[in-house]
Amino acid sequence: MSDGGSLLPIIAALPFLGALIPGLMIRAGRTACASFTAVPTIAALVMLGTLTPAVLRGEVITAEIMWLPQLGLEASFFLDGLGLLFAGMILGVGLLITLYARFYLSGEDPMGQFYTYLLLFQGAMLGIVLSDNILLLLIFWELTSLSSFLLIGYWKHLPEGRQGARMALAVTGAGGLAMIAGMLILGNIAGSYNLTDILAQGEAIRASEWYLPALILILLGAFTKSAQFPFHFWLPHAMAAPTPVSAYLHSATMVKAGVFLMARMWPVLSGTPEWFYIVATVGLITMVLGAVIALFKDDLKALLAFSTVSHLGLLTMLLGFGTEKAAIAAVFHIINHLTFKAALFMTAGIVDHEAHTRDIKRLGGLAKLMPVTAVIATITALSMAGIAPFNGFISKEKMLEEAVHTVWWENPWIVPALATLGAVFSVAYSLRFIFHVFGGPVRDDYPAKPHDPPFGMWAAPALLTVLVVVIGVMPFLAEPVVNMAATAVTGQETNAYLKLWHGLTPALYLSVVAVVGGIVLLLLHRPLDRAWLAAPRPEAKAIFEALVEGVAALSRGLAEGLHNGAISRYLAIFVAATVALGYLAFTSGTMSPPTREMLPIPPVAAAGWLLLIGATGLVVVNHHSRFRALVLIGVIGLMISSGFVYLSAPDLALTQISVETVTIMLLLLALYFLPKTTPRESSAGRKLRDGAIAVAAGGGVAALAMAFLTRDFSSISQFHLANSYEGGGGTNVVNVILVDFRGYDTYGEIIVLGIAGLTIFALMEALLNGPAGRKLKAAPVPPDRSRDRHPLMMVVATRAMMPIAVMVGIYIFLRGHNQPGGGFVAGLVISIALLMQYMASGFAWTQSRQRIEYHAMIGWGAAIAGLTGVGAWLGGAPFLTSIYGYIKLPFIEKFGIGSAFAFDLGVFLTVLGAVMLMLYSLSRIARYAGETVNVEPMDYDPSLKVEQNKPEAE
Amino acid sequence: MEMLVASAVGVLTAGGVYLILRLRAFPVILGLALLSYAVNVFLFSTGRLAIDAPPVLSKYGDATYSDPLPQALVLTAIVISFGMTAVLVMIALGAYLEADHDRIDMTDTDDDSAAAEKEREA
Repeated sequence: MSDGGSLLPIIAALPFLGALIPGLMIRAGRTACASFTAVPTIAALVMLGTLTPAVLRGEVITAEIMWLPQLGLEASFFLDGLGLLFAGMILGVGLLITLYARFYLSGEDPMGQFYTYLLLFQGAMLGIVLSDNILLLLIFWELTSLSSFLLIGYWKHLPEGRQGARMALAVTGAGGLAMIAGMLILGNIAGSYNLTDILAQGEAIRASEWYLPALILILLGAFTKSAQFPFHFWLPHAMAAPTPVSAYLHSATMVKAGVFLMARMWPVLSGTPEWFYIVATVGLITMVLGAVIALFKDDLKALLAFSTVSHLGLLTMLLGFGTEKAAIAAVFHIINHLTFKAALFMTAGIVDHEAHTRDIKRLGGLAKLMPVTAVIATITALSMAGIAPFNGFISKEKMLEEAVHTVWWENPWIVPALATLGAVFSVAYSLRFIFHVFGGPVRDDYPAKPHDPPFGMWAAPALLTVLVVVIGVMPFLAEPVVNMAATAVTGQETNAYLKLWHGLTPALYLSVVAVVGGIVLLLLHRPLDRAWLAAPRPEAKAIFEALVEGVAALSRGLAEGLHNGAISRYLAIFVAATVALGYLAFTSGTMSPPTREMLPIPPVAAAGWLLLIGATGLVVVNHHSRFRALVLIGVIGLMISSGFVYLSAPDLALTQISVETVTIMLLLLALYFLPKTTPRESSAGRKLRDGAIAVAAGGGVAALAMAFLTRDFSSISQFHLANSYEGGGGTNVVNVILVDFRGYDTYGEIIVLGIAGLTIFALMEALLNGPAGRKLKAAPVPPDRSRDRHPLMMVVATRAMMPIAVMVGIYIFLRGHNQPGGGFVAGLVISIALLMQYMASGFAWTQSRQRIEYHAMIGWGAAIAGLTGVGAWLGGAPFLTSIYGYIKLPFIEKFGIGSAFAFDLGVFLTVLGAVMLMLYSLSRIARYAGETVNVEPMDYDPSLKVEQNKPEAE
Repeated sequence: MEMLVASAVGVLTAGGVYLILRLRAFPVILGLALLSYAVNVFLFSTGRLAIDAPPVLSKYGDATYSDPLPQALVLTAIVISFGMTAVLVMIALGAYLEADHDRIDMTDTDDDSAAAEKEREA
């Protein structure tokens, strides 16, 4: 990291941080808001200023922050001449726009929002020009598309604004996607995603067979962003944005991003015939087309928009020429275009603001009413026309000079001729801007009485106008900046001699032709305009809308064809597609032969398997009778638990059997309120179809399982076995993995479980307070209800079992680290013990004796587990690193205790709380459904007298 | 033994898939329960089978152990699948109480809303 490099990330981050300010400062008033918006911009400008001397000396300033080195993604920045030029333009114009917008926006517009969007955009643009890593550049690139979407659609109430914003996002976003692909290819060829590395490998990249696809994809991104033919149509529609946005995004910065990128990639991609014919041709077409259309636009901003398209085409063409001189001309014109076009946009905004119209046909004679604005507009428009002594003249001369020397497909005159044609139209629309708006007699039918705006509004364009004149008269002042940027573009020392008078060159003659032709065109404007309006032209917006409609209809057809609201249909498609993909993967891959001997089948295992298969088949056949299906599910669960026991997974067996118990209880509870049977409504064909899908899926999974079971492969399991005791302090490897090796996973899982519990509680709360709760209350109590709801035998048995069950739970919990058991199982066992009390004595009776809220239990569990993890930080270790030791309590065997123990306690509490909260929530329905509260633990208490034994009134 | 485990996974999957393609909420929940079993046993089986070799370290160094890692993964999966089943049951119950039926397909109501939209447009 060279000197000052640490400033670069700060400069890039400042606008983003600053974006928080306007929203707050707007409460202090509009001027305060604008002033504070300027602060981050000014700060960034000052920092940039401190780096300027070094860059002017030819140094490249870099900064690098590791982000995701595995992906080649680093937050690395660099500042060379080109970057400095653009960063200066972005920040400088940003500052002027901030000032201008303060006066432009009306009291009804949310100004805080505007400035926030503006700063977000500014940050994204800065990011593009400062990024060294192309992946980072792509991120900023997309951010400019997004933030410009917000800015173009700023006036949300205008349909044109919304449509323009959508069009801009669709076009530039699509181009951005193409560019991502291109950049990835480029990075792959170069073996690095850092621009500095890529720039050093130009020859290798141009020689690669992937050069052309990468070039086309990257150019797609650049052309869409810089509104090059045939993607130019979005820019005029984006003019629905407030004028400060047009001035900033659509003349000075965002549309230049594509040009910037082409300039940045110039040393790598240019110099090939492909580059020349694609870039120069597209630029030439765009330049001429934009200039022609601009002449026939009556909306001031549309005129300027097409003029911008034309000038962007000019820049693209110059870069496409691929020569050093052309690159210098391009860099110089970037600066000049910025100065006059931003000023012109602001002028258009002033006219619109004062006269309440931008229609040239309704304007004219404004010179007498708005003299200051007229002067600004005249100077900048003459510069745009390329008339001496303003800066636009010099860069246009240079462009014509390069065009004269360019041979296109062995044809020496076509490029200069077309370039001159573009210049003719350019003169014509520029003069039209002056004479049809400001010239002529004063009219009396303006929508509002125009007059010059306050100083604050014309200050920014006036400053730019001063630059237009100064650079035009004394072009050598701009030489260092142009050299600095051009050196960065071409990769070698350049020498730009900028002079106003070049002598009698071919370019000068062409300029004279352009001016004369332009004046003639303007004089003929009226008949030409009529002919233009009468001529049929393709309407870009209509084509775009039709295209969007078509794509939308296609995706709607696809989505609605697949997703018609029938979930059974999605599931069928999903399963079938998964099976098909699996089959494809299986047939296209290779498989090693089996390496493992199969284990023998003892008769007991065969019997268990038969039970499991039989029960599964019976569930499928009998699923219409829901209770029966539930009982059979219980059989399957038991068989799986026994299987786990037999196959050396005692922890799994314990967990499975306890989860089985609570699951069945849960389903029984639910079934009490649900219909007891499933109607037979599937057709035979449907059953056959579903059966076929099911058999295919089952067969596929069975084959996959078999493939796994009969082959050896190495995994990380050996590590866990080897380190369980030394590293984790426990001999039950499964438990050590849960609370130690993969403690983070477990932590996430108990939190998910806790959330599931709370979700169920919340859903039930909403349900019972809604129409369903009222419906339940109104429902009649079923007549066949048992009178002995809380049987004596059961109550007594569960009371006796409660301490035993809790004891077992604690035992399982304590020994978990070394023997099968642990927090999960213990939590489940104790929740079963508690559930039995609920079942025996009723919900309300038990609940009133339950002191600890289940929500709190979940919270405490997660907190204890989390704090255990945080505790590791105190020792300087990463989250959830465990420590342990052994303690010996009197009368109890010596046992290990450590942070894992506390973590397991958290697991235990969360599991207990979540399971109880789920079942508790479900059983709350019963209270609504007419369940009465029993005062006694059981319905028939033999110790009481006979008269009192009556069941509670029902 | 491997044949038994693999075929059990397959049968459980087939049964589960068939049931989740039914039209009512309760069979779908049963189907998901079967699929959970299948997935858990499948995950477990990726550690291959071993008999009399629980992954509890023995004091005598020469013991063999079954693969502990899939077991740890499956253990949490079993508990999570209970949570998932519970949420589903809750949703099914809520839907039934609100709508008075436990059909899971919404094609009828969708058609209604589409028809209503057409009317509004006309």
